[in-house]
Parts: sequence; structure tokens; C-alpha cells
Amino acid sequence: MVLRRASAAAGVASTEPEGRRGPGEGPVLSVRDLGKDYLIGRGERRVAVQEVSFDVGRGEFVCVVGPSGAGKTTVLRCLSGLTPPSRGEVLLDGVPIARVADHVGVVFQDYSRSLFPWMSVAANIALPLRVRKVPREHQRKTVSAVLTQVGLDPDVGGRYPWQLSGGMQQRVAIARALAFEPELLFMDEPFASVDAQTRAELEDVVQEIHDRLSVTVFFVTHDIDEAVYLADRVIVLSRSPAVVRDIVNVPLPRPRNQLETKGGPEFNELRRRVFQLVAGGT
Amino acid sequence: MALDVSSQPTLRSAPPPETGRRAPARMLLRQGGRLLGGVWLFALMVALWWLLTEHSTSPYFPPLHTILNELAKVWFFRAAQQDLVPSMEHLAIGFAVAGVIGIAGGALFWRVRVAREALTPLVYFLYVLPAPVLLPSFILLFGIGSFMKVAIIAFAALWPTLLNAIDGMRSVDPLKLETARTLGLSPNRTLWSIVLPAASPQIAAGLRNSLQVAILLMVVSEMVASTAGIGYFILNAQQSFESVDMWTGIIVLGVVGSILNLIFVIVERLVLRWYYGERALQQA
Repeated sequence: MVLRRASAAAGVASTEPEGRRGPGEGPVLSVRDLGKDYLIGRGERRVAVQEVSFDVGRGEFVCVVGPSGAGKTTVLRCLSGLTPPSRGEVLLDGVPIARVADHVGVVFQDYSRSLFPWMSVAANIALPLRVRKVPREHQRKTVSAVLTQVGLDPDVGGRYPWQLSGGMQQRVAIARALAFEPELLFMDEPFASVDAQTRAELEDVVQEIHDRLSVTVFFVTHDIDEAVYLADRVIVLSRSPAVVRDIVNVPLPRPRNQLETKGGPEFNELRRRVFQLVAGGT
Repeated sequence: MALDVSSQPTLRSAPPPETGRRAPARMLLRQGGRLLGGVWLFALMVALWWLLTEHSTSPYFPPLHTILNELAKVWFFRAAQQDLVPSMEHLAIGFAVAGVIGIAGGALFWRVRVAREALTPLVYFLYVLPAPVLLPSFILLFGIGSFMKVAIIAFAALWPTLLNAIDGMRSVDPLKLETARTLGLSPNRTLWSIVLPAASPQIAAGLRNSLQVAILLMVVSEMVASTAGIGYFILNAQQSFESVDMWTGIIVLGVVGSILNLIFVIVERLVLRWYYGERALQQA
């Protein structure tokens, strides 16, 4: 199993992985009445997420938007297994999640804290492979394959993360999350701390990864344009405590293009709708 | 602007990293200047000592040149073997034991909650005891041999490393631990690959502190109960009115301490290259 995954990972840049997920196998993620409270001291509770239900299909790209402080990140943390929910359940491939599953990757917003500064870029990316006992030779191949996949030269592997620019560091973090071939990729506002041009480039990196590897992506953002540009469906959360306000289908054709897709009337109509939902209108 | 990813050129590692590199000649000059800035006062003090004691006839403040002559005579042969070697052995073993137990103890605290809760009061109780106070009981328990000296050195030097290891491991960035979870690292693997390296700068600070304490206890243990060692040499010289010998012992001790500290700093810089590199870049 591990070996098969590793060899598929090594071929990441060039080949389509064998059809391991087709439509009609049921949703990857099923979220039923999910709720999350936080203790805020003196026995008081604050409800961060009221009640959220939705499905995420295999190979789907789902974005979550909502007003700031709506609990978007909390939802992602519950879905990825980082935080146990207070109410309701999260089914991953039909099974309730108890911890971060083996075939799930997470990319955080703060790449400089999430990368390990004492390891080279290559060692950072190879770490999840090392713990899965992937042979060294496979590790090496996978590292350069995923680096290429995220648009970095394989030579970057010899550097330390902190020697790279912010955008490149986030590419490394994405490469590391891809290294062990996750079927499901969680991204928590991954591009919130890079500049606009880098952001556009990284959006296209993620888009291409999704299109080419047919990986399922669950993407939290506060940027409505970004959500509409990337997603198959946009889940709009209400103000905290969060409920699902609406789910907007985005039927824009793929591959999408920063200039053409974002310039079209359909895109504008969709972003207007999502904006209204976020702002609290109808 | 290449927006289509498939045609986008791959990014090389060229742009940001070379911030730390300057013209070599100017850097050499800067480093030389910094070295000079750290050395002149020290040199001045030595020169003053030399000049002020040059014609001294006081038995308490012999001329520096007499001390240095005697130092060369005594320490390069007889005393080095008789007093310096055993001292250094005790120091090395005691410091190593303290370092290993300190780091392993920190790891135990991080990993095993029962151990953490049970040991915390004990650790803080023993930590506040000044180690020299325990010397009489150590002598009673272990005699006055090498074992007692190594034991008291290890005991006293343990606390700075242990407490820094505990604190450093406890304050590892939670996002790093979460990242480890998302990558599928087991708790033991997380300890080894994430927590220890992340805490290593603070552990190094603790070890450095432990080294100072170890040197201190090395000397103190030799002054209380010993027939050899540098501490014994200094005390014995003072009690038999050999003030020149006493001063040579003090100078040797200072030089040895400085060399050990220097070695420590060099090793630390090499091992924690990533830490100092990252910090220098952040401050640039």
C-alpha cells in the first residue's frame, strides 16, 4: 500500500495517478449537524459553530467563505481531525474521524511557522515519507517531483525554508502536503499572507494540482474572488455562531484563467451573489 | 506575468537568500574591528597589572612576570598532570552526565504526563538548594574520591539544562506540533524530529549555564575534600603562603574556563546554524 502510493507520488508531475476515485462512490466528507463550542474561562462557553451540514464529493473543489470570525477555520479544524467537534459528526469515507487521517494533507496560512527551520526544504518534504518508511530513493524522486509540481526548481530542495521568499515557502508547504499523495487536501487561508501577484500564481498552482491529480480540496478563504475562481461549490457561512447560509454552485469551465475567467460576466454574477450572501443580504 | 501554470517557468532559489553576504574585504574589516573592540580593554587591564606590579615587593601581589614564569614552570609539567587532568576528568564526566540526564528528563516531562506531575515539585525543591550545601552529605555518602566529585558536579549542573529543556519543549510552537500531526508523525517521532530540534536553542543555553556551574562545583569540591585538583592546588598554595603559586592556579582556571566556553560556543554555532541563520535574516 505504502509502496504503491510512493510510486504514484514519484510520478506526480508527469502521469495521471491510476483512477482511484471515481464519481458515484459516495462523498469523501459528510458533515452532519457539526457544532463546536470553546471554553472561554470560568466555565463559560462560546458557540463558534452552531450547526453545519454539507457533503464534499470525490475530486471536488469546495471553498468556504464567510464574514471574518465566522468560524471558517474552526470548521476546517474539525473536518481535518485537528479538533474534536462538540456536536454532530464528520464522516471521512463513511467513517467517523478520530484523528488526522493518513491520507489527508493540511496547508496552514502561516508557512513560516509550519515549515521546520532546522530541516532543508527537501527534508521538510520528505518527512511524511520518512515516517511512512518509504525507501530513500523513492523519497528523493518524490521530493523533486512535488517541487516541480508546485513550480519550484528541484535545486531549491538543498536550501533552508527561511532562505526563501514567502511565496516560495508556501509552495514548499504545499509540496510537503502533496508528497504523501493525500486524497483530501485542506487549505486554511493559505494565501492570506502573500502579495497579490504571488497569490494569483499560487491559486493557479492549486488549481492545476486539483485538475491534474483530481485531489479533493477543501479551501477556506475570506477572499470571495478567490473562492469563486477556484471552487466547484462555494459554501457561505453566516456570522458566528456559524450556520450554512447557502451553497453556491460554480459551473465555470476548467481550466480557468485569471484574466478570462475573472473577466467574464458569469464570474461577476457569481461573485456578486456570494458577496451578497456574505454581507448578509439575500 | 505568467498566469498559466503549465507554461510558467519554475522558480529557482536565486532571489532572496543572499542578504547575509557582503563584499568580503569589507566584512573582514568589520570582523577585525569587532574583535579589536572586544579585546582592547582586556589587554589594557593585563598591561596595567603588569606595570603596577612590576616592582612590587608585597607578598600578596607578586609581579605578573614572576607569576607567569612560575606558571610556565609549574603548570606545563607537574601540576598539569597531577592537578589539571583529574579536575578535567571529573568536569567532563559530571557535565556529560548532567547534560544527558537533563535532556532526557526534559523529554520525559514532555512525553509522560504522570512523570511531569509527579516530578515537578521535587525538581523545583532540589533546584533551589545550593549544591555546595549538599557537599557534606555527598562526602558522607560517597567518601572523598572521584565518584563524589563527579556526583556533586553532575547534580549541580543538572538543573540549568533540565529546567531549560522542560521550558523549551513546553513552549514549542503549537502550529509545529499540529503540522506534525497532519504529516502523520507518531508522538515519539514528534519528540525526536520536532520537539527536540525546536527546543535546541534553549537547551543549548541551559547547557552553557550548566558548564559554568560544573566548573564552579569542580573547584569547590576540590577545596573541601581533596589531595589533588586545581581547586586543591589554589587553596593549598594560599594556606602555605605560596601566593605566586596561588595566582598561577587562578590564571590557569580562568584560561581553562575561557577555552571550554569558546569550544562550547563554536560547537553551538555549528549545530544551531539554522537558528542563527534564520535570526540573522529576520534582523537584516
